[in-house]
Amino acid sequence: MTQAFRIENGGLINKDKKLSFKFNGKTYFGYEGDTLASALLANGVHLVGRSFKYHRPRGFFGAGVDEPYAVVQLYRNGETEPNIKATEQELFEGLEAKSVNCWPSVNFDIGAINNFLKIFLPAGFYYKTFMWPKSFWYRIYEPFIRKAAGLGVASTKHDKERYEHKYEYCDLLIAGSGPSGLAGAYAAAKNGAKVILAEDKPRFGGSLLTSDVNIGNQSGKDWAEGIIAELKTMPNVVVKNRSQIFGYYDHNMLVMSEKVSDHLPSTKKYHPNKRLWYIRAKEVLISSGSIERPIVFGNNDTPGVMLSSAAKEYLKVYGVLVGRKPLVFTNNDSGYETAIEFKKHGVDPVVLDSRKNPESEIIDEAKNLGINIKNSYVVVAAQGYKKVKSADIASISEDKKQLGKIENMQCDCICVSGFWTPTIHLASQSGNKTKFKEEIDAFVPGQSKQNEITLGAANGVFSLEETLKTSFTAGSELSKKITENDNKIAIPNVVEKKSSQHDKFWCVPLPKGKNYKRFLDFQNDVAVSDVEIALREGYRSIEHVKRYTTLGMATDQGKTSNLNGLQLVSEIENKVVPAVGHTTFRPPYTPVSIGAIVGREVGKHSKPTRKSPMHSWHEKNNAVFVDAGVWLRPRYYKRGNENLFEGSKREAKNVRTNVGVCDVTTLGKIDIKGPDAAELLNRVYTNAWLKLPVGKARYGVMLREDGIVMDDGTTTRISENHYHMTTTTAQAANVLSHLEYYLQLVWPELNVNVVSTTEQWAGAAIAGPKSRDLLQKLFPNSDVSNEGLPFMGYMEGDLFGVKARIFRISFSGELAYEVNVESDYGSFMWEKIMEVGKEFNIQPYGTEALSTLRIEMGHVAGSELDGRTIPFDNALEGLVSKKKDFIGKRSLQRSAFTAEDRQRLVGVVPLDKQTSIPEGSHLVKDDKAPLPNPKLGHISASCWSVEYDNPFSLAILKDGKNMIGQKLFAMSPLKNKVIPVEIVSSHYVDPKGERVRS
Amino acid sequence: MLYINCPHCGMRSQNEFSYGGDASVKRPELNKEISDNEWDDFVYNRKSLRGKHLELWQHISGCRQWIKVERDTSTHEIFRTFKANEEIA
Repeated sequence: MTQAFRIENGGLINKDKKLSFKFNGKTYFGYEGDTLASALLANGVHLVGRSFKYHRPRGFFGAGVDEPYAVVQLYRNGETEPNIKATEQELFEGLEAKSVNCWPSVNFDIGAINNFLKIFLPAGFYYKTFMWPKSFWYRIYEPFIRKAAGLGVASTKHDKERYEHKYEYCDLLIAGSGPSGLAGAYAAAKNGAKVILAEDKPRFGGSLLTSDVNIGNQSGKDWAEGIIAELKTMPNVVVKNRSQIFGYYDHNMLVMSEKVSDHLPSTKKYHPNKRLWYIRAKEVLISSGSIERPIVFGNNDTPGVMLSSAAKEYLKVYGVLVGRKPLVFTNNDSGYETAIEFKKHGVDPVVLDSRKNPESEIIDEAKNLGINIKNSYVVVAAQGYKKVKSADIASISEDKKQLGKIENMQCDCICVSGFWTPTIHLASQSGNKTKFKEEIDAFVPGQSKQNEITLGAANGVFSLEETLKTSFTAGSELSKKITENDNKIAIPNVVEKKSSQHDKFWCVPLPKGKNYKRFLDFQNDVAVSDVEIALREGYRSIEHVKRYTTLGMATDQGKTSNLNGLQLVSEIENKVVPAVGHTTFRPPYTPVSIGAIVGREVGKHSKPTRKSPMHSWHEKNNAVFVDAGVWLRPRYYKRGNENLFEGSKREAKNVRTNVGVCDVTTLGKIDIKGPDAAELLNRVYTNAWLKLPVGKARYGVMLREDGIVMDDGTTTRISENHYHMTTTTAQAANVLSHLEYYLQLVWPELNVNVVSTTEQWAGAAIAGPKSRDLLQKLFPNSDVSNEGLPFMGYMEGDLFGVKARIFRISFSGELAYEVNVESDYGSFMWEKIMEVGKEFNIQPYGTEALSTLRIEMGHVAGSELDGRTIPFDNALEGLVSKKKDFIGKRSLQRSAFTAEDRQRLVGVVPLDKQTSIPEGSHLVKDDKAPLPNPKLGHISASCWSVEYDNPFSLAILKDGKNMIGQKLFAMSPLKNKVIPVEIVSSHYVDPKGERVRS
Repeated sequence: MLYINCPHCGMRSQNEFSYGGDASVKRPELNKEISDNEWDDFVYNRKSLRGKHLELWQHISGCRQWIKVERDTSTHEIFRTFKANEEIA
């Protein structure tokens, strides 16, 4: 197919490289340098989608980030992405895109029936209609709304693309590479400042690419190219295209999304798809330019109606005519510039100017070219359904209230210009209090809050000469403050045509007897009549009007609709625009891929994975791993076809009968040194620590100040002023912070140092009746007898030449020891234990067996120390000193904590001795009681007791102390189970604790 | 993201720190008899101030020191930062 609307000469595209692409299944051709939008327009395709609410045909309205219509579903390299603006998507070979929000096709869309039913879909329709009956919501209303709404479909596949985050620091960050950005960057760079210049489009230069100006005796475009080329050679400058600064956050942190690969058929090897830059800038120069405003008239959403600046950009940048019979409708001189470009390319435009007698150099040029200009004329309505065929035009009275006789004029596009709206989003996000500038009918940045300055069109300055002057000066001044260099730059002379004053006119009145839809917000289908309804119904705040009508709430965030909406509200309310105020600008300025925001932290990379030094041994020996915090721990070591239940039972049984070994490297370890170490422990733990002798370990419980148990573990006195503390795996980091808090802030007089040694020591727990025999063989030169190393004793030993720490401590309730060696010797230690332990039938055991062993012993762990229990609840009140003070002690006097029927740890056995009780089940007195059935307690941990070969659970039960022997029900609505149970002591096995001391 | 001047390390981004609450709270002395109300004030009761607030941060991914930061809770402006043991005028 030929590109019928591509001009012979002109445009900045590469006509030597032809690209094929598919839109809605049909193949077209474009050129390298095209956007999807320009390539479609070159092929005469104007119908790209259907509108959100009424499913009216949609074409192209802009040529960049402001585009409200041309949102497509993109297919690239086997992936699909929704919400892509065709005006921003660069063309590549093999690109495929489809229209969204239409079914079965963009040409015949059933949803368009809404267009004829639109009387039933006014503002607030959803709020009013889908309210009752309530029961209809899930079954009927919600599915209907979901089906009707949306702009494309998110992929359900795993994203193969990679996204990166980058942190950067600079002296001056510049948002936008138009004349102001280039001048500011150049001046600052010459002063040696570290500069980052960001441009969201592929080409640098902004308005200089399309405007007819001269800077320093060359065209604006050539000047821009020269500056960029020089900036790129400077080591202190980073120049980035395809990079949108979308958010301005606290303390001059700005975030930029760089599209690294979206313009390519597939992402290059080792390249990310997008890169998110977190930039901390000392100073920010916002040179984000301005966006043309539409004028509101009847059927102003018909394909073929577009911004006049967009028509000019398609012509000058892409060499594409958006029509052959263009009508330009303007209230200022910008429309003439577009008309002149048409004329230069052999197309005869007609200009309708709402002004009576405007005079300027630009208008003179248009007149000299013989362009047909009609003053005091407006477009009343566009005619045509899927494409503009003609326009109803009329003269307009000076007060803009009366229309003259309506005439019909043939045209194939309407290029509209209602003057310019500065892009103040970034300034506003920074906290800048914006102000309304009467001369341009728009808001501009006001008082800065952060180190930010807005210049050029973004600041409402539309003269190139003034823009360059202020921007060169700002670039010099801002950088001088930082680098203390002061290189003077000669400001080049500028040739530009002077403009005349624009007309404060934004909306064409309805002719008598006509009820045209006049759209304000093109993406969300918000018409003038919708805002009128909202105001009639009593909505006054612009924030409320916005939410009720959805004006400015679509993915384009009202870039082309905000000001006209404000104009309308101010007119109806008879207030000036600044009194109405504008809605809050929030980041992101433009939609950002979730992938880019997430970055590399997906799947396994969402958190670090920590492995013990023995990890590879576990892997080789069929360990099935489980996540324990960020650690990977063996859950059980699979033999043959064993499942978790069978495997863990075998391992636990072997500990009770022979000996087992468990990797306990993951336990938190904190080295505590200093003359006041004992005093610190005495204040941190609930029990007494001042008299612990060297070579002894003690179990301790620490509380938060609110009396809740924070953590438990053993601490061993290695030498006079040296202690080794262990914490649970999960709380290791919190306990260290806790100790640092008290040492640094509360009791700085204590002479103690703490440091984490979790990763410095590898640990193996050796447990079972044969553990001492094994230990003796491992440490033949040490006396590990019950006298030589009694329960809670500690000694150092020589493990085949490796220095080891031996603790006689037990979590399993068996005779047990824990051996620590420096991490590098971890696997040596483990292999020696397995080798020497063979004759004692040693087996490694995982976390599941570990849990079984501790549960049937009634030892508490994380599921009981769950941030809601005090020592009493865990049957640990014996460890609470009555004599000394400690962290959280005062809270234990609170009445709820001392109540007679306070909750307490108990054991639970099912009456049938068969049914395992799901963890989290609630304990109730009567399983038939009406809901809500009063809960007496909950099951905290369950296991299959290897000692008695039946299920056993621990529970935290109200008045648990007096409930032993009672029959209750364990109910798990989640598992749909009701299990009759008996409450027993939590010390199910070896209640006197004889084994650990044997 | 805030930019915090750690008195030990210099300017660092907020994601290196963890927040520790009101720095003006003083823990009652050990072994001192105090009323339920005083203890509740220490453990639970905090003012949700708008404006200048002296608060604790720990440079958890840096020097691990607890520091005091004087910050405006509504504008996020940081006025001064102090070491844990520094006298604040």
